Amino acid sequence: MTSELTAVPRAIDRSRWRAPVTWRPARVPGGRRRWVLPLCVGVLVVLVLFAVVVPWVAGIDPRQTALADANQAPSWDHWFGTDQAGRDLVVRVAEGLRVSLLVAAVCAVVATVLGCVVGLTAAVVGGRTDRVLMRTVDGLNAVPHLLLGIVIAAMWKGAILAVIASIALTHWTQVARIVRAQALTVRTRDYVLATVSLGGSRRQVLVRHLLPAVAPQALLSVALLLPHAVWHESALSFLGVGLPPDRPSLGTLLEDARTRILVGQWWTLVFPSLALIATTAAVAGLSAAARDRLLPHRRTEVGVGGAA
Amino acid sequence: MLTATGVVAGYGEHTVLRSVDLTVTPGRITGLQGPSGSGKSTLARVVALLHPRTAGTVTVDGRSVTGSGYLAPAELRRRIGMVFQSPRAATDPRWTLRQVIAEPLGAARRSATRQRVAELAEQFQLTDDLLDRYPHQVSDGQLQRACLARAVALRPAYLVCDEATAMLDPSTTATIAQLVRGLADAGTGVLAVSHDRALLTAWADHVLDLHDLHADARTSWES
Repeated sequence: MTSELTAVPRAIDRSRWRAPVTWRPARVPGGRRRWVLPLCVGVLVVLVLFAVVVPWVAGIDPRQTALADANQAPSWDHWFGTDQAGRDLVVRVAEGLRVSLLVAAVCAVVATVLGCVVGLTAAVVGGRTDRVLMRTVDGLNAVPHLLLGIVIAAMWKGAILAVIASIALTHWTQVARIVRAQALTVRTRDYVLATVSLGGSRRQVLVRHLLPAVAPQALLSVALLLPHAVWHESALSFLGVGLPPDRPSLGTLLEDARTRILVGQWWTLVFPSLALIATTAAVAGLSAAARDRLLPHRRTEVGVGGAA
Repeated sequence: MLTATGVVAGYGEHTVLRSVDLTVTPGRITGLQGPSGSGKSTLARVVALLHPRTAGTVTVDGRSVTGSGYLAPAELRRRIGMVFQSPRAATDPRWTLRQVIAEPLGAARRSATRQRVAELAEQFQLTDDLLDRYPHQVSDGQLQRACLARAVALRPAYLVCDEATAMLDPSTTATIAQLVRGLADAGTGVLAVSHDRALLTAWADHVLDLHDLHADARTSWES
């Protein structure tokens, strides 16, 4: 007891002393954050396995109706319950997750790549090219993107590619602006000037300094676009220009749940929502870990900020 | 000889240099002095082929250079090393010091990169431990030494130090100045830019005042 209350200076163990590698407190780095990455990876693996394996193993057509089993609460036979047409929700959610993940991932990647290409081109080439590209972005932003998305999706109604195109083509503009802004600040830094002074070409500056500088933003935008794309797909499905009603996706399932929850069928909302939340949270955690790794100088800031 | 003749340069509408002449001689440290905002850094960047000029010529060992930045021939840009005022701003925060020093070697596709990096590390007193750290994990002086090592990695004939010691304490300044003196003694032509006349007097072989380099100032002084 007394030893805790009276401040007895402990002898410094010189053999264990070494120069600080970073300025963050030694306790912070491991402790709290070490489990985040494995957890996120684990959750994603489970979800992907669920989405891939269940429809395959169950051997039930997710479109097969069984009206006698309609509107059942979760039970041993139907773990997630059944919907108004008696379809098993385990299979429906798995199938829906698969479709939604696929659509969302493709949308997020296409939109981000397109945004990066346009943003980097605008920043690196500059001048008239920059102005034309950015005014195009402004013009696209001026149009409500759901409206534009509906037009694109309605041209090929019910086609999964049309849904992807309608989401990807309306969401790259934000990425382009952020990437251009980031690239512009990096482009005028002294270290880029140093590369030029050392005989570096435009391509070398782009590959060595600009791409790594915008990569965290790009990763973040993929992570942010993933859940957004799931919601967009559901909105399009709800408006009748997205996936057909017989094709389960998290969007169409949540759309069903919107009416069923009013009559107390909580399971129709809870399980698709859980799948959506778990997916987006895991993706966000992964992107945060990736960002920390890509931006070593950010680690200290995060560490110091997190300690406070 | 690295010479600038009748250089006019500025930023958009704003002209900073009105017809300036400057010569940097191999094996000597040429000091360039002037108050803040007088255009010293602009001149340093014009001479290092990094800033565009609206008139005038820059010649590197007799070769006249057209354009600046990416438009100047890469092999001429490599003949002139550049050290910046802030080593923090002049290093990519994502790179270790080893990568920083190796950058010019990789860009120029030189072989034996590892050996040259080891050589430079010894010359500029950078230990293996330091080389594996990121810029935010070392002191300004250590980082500036790495920047100096990067600037001379390709053995440039000329070195431009733009306020290279302004962020450093006196003893670190002395170290950097000594390292640059060693390079000059080995034949490198150095342009040392600073607002600190006392430092330049001690460091450089001769000190020029930017004001006197302007053609209009010179004529009024001569007449």
